[in-house]
Amino acid sequence: MSRVVVDVVLKPEISDPQGQAVLGALGRLGHDSVRSVRQGKHFVLEVDGTPDEAELRQIAETLLANPVIEDVELHLTTD
Amino acid sequence: MRIGVITFPGSLDDVDAARAVRLAGGDPVSLWHGEHDLKDVDAVVLPGGFSYGDYLRAGAIAARSPLMQDVVAAAKGGLPVLGICNGFQVLCEAGLLPGALTRNSHLHFRNRDQLLRVERADTAWTGDYADGQEILVPVKNGEGRYVGSEADLDRLEGEGRVVFRYVGGNPNGSSRDIAGVTSENGRVVGLMPHPEHAVEDLTGPSTDGLGFFTSILKAVVAA
Repeated sequence: MSRVVVDVVLKPEISDPQGQAVLGALGRLGHDSVRSVRQGKHFVLEVDGTPDEAELRQIAETLLANPVIEDVELHLTTD
Repeated sequence: MRIGVITFPGSLDDVDAARAVRLAGGDPVSLWHGEHDLKDVDAVVLPGGFSYGDYLRAGAIAARSPLMQDVVAAAKGGLPVLGICNGFQVLCEAGLLPGALTRNSHLHFRNRDQLLRVERADTAWTGDYADGQEILVPVKNGEGRYVGSEADLDRLEGEGRVVFRYVGGNPNGSSRDIAGVTSENGRVVGLMPHPEHAVEDLTGPSTDGLGFFTSILKAVVAA
């Protein structure tokens, strides 16, 4: 069994109002050192056998993320 | 004239869309997302709502449903398709229309009557309007901000593929006030506002939305 982690974040040029709202709350709580917050999604996939990286990349880039607005990062770990 | 209206799990406005088709003089045909059956319709409407609860991204799961595979193939062959609100999100996720729709810039769900300017009166769904005409229809969304890279937006504008723009205030922060866009061949149109809610004086702010549904009946006859 392999565990595959996929992180999805909005591309830098796409504004992230949710991240900005979190940043605003942090400022109100006194955490003035935080300069920026970008909110994303974190997927954990458990995969039978040896992971096929090409297939996983396809899953990440065609379903888990929308490549028009989001960037994706894959992290593979094998038990 | 048979105009299909797709129902996904979580669709809300499929009945209103079918009613708008009927008021325009067409025959609405119910289509189910889980079947590979377009029932020989002449055009298809993807209605508003919250298909699959907006899980993953609005429209993302619906865009991969069985019937959407048939819609994508048929649209590439010229079948006219209209996506309203969630339907627009589905068409972008399915790759039939460019760009993407994401969280409103102000983070609030926005529900109001909205003026739009018709930028293209020569698509399959806008023939009964005039270029530059302003129409009043409801808008209601939480993830209606149209976005794309600056290069992609420049290309869209250059190709004249912006069909509608918000006038008198942008309800969701959409880039360049874009409310709706079309495919290269002008047969597929998507917009966030709801023309199917503006087809009768009793229930809408105007009857300006009826033109979508009368336009498509003429476009299908002409094809």
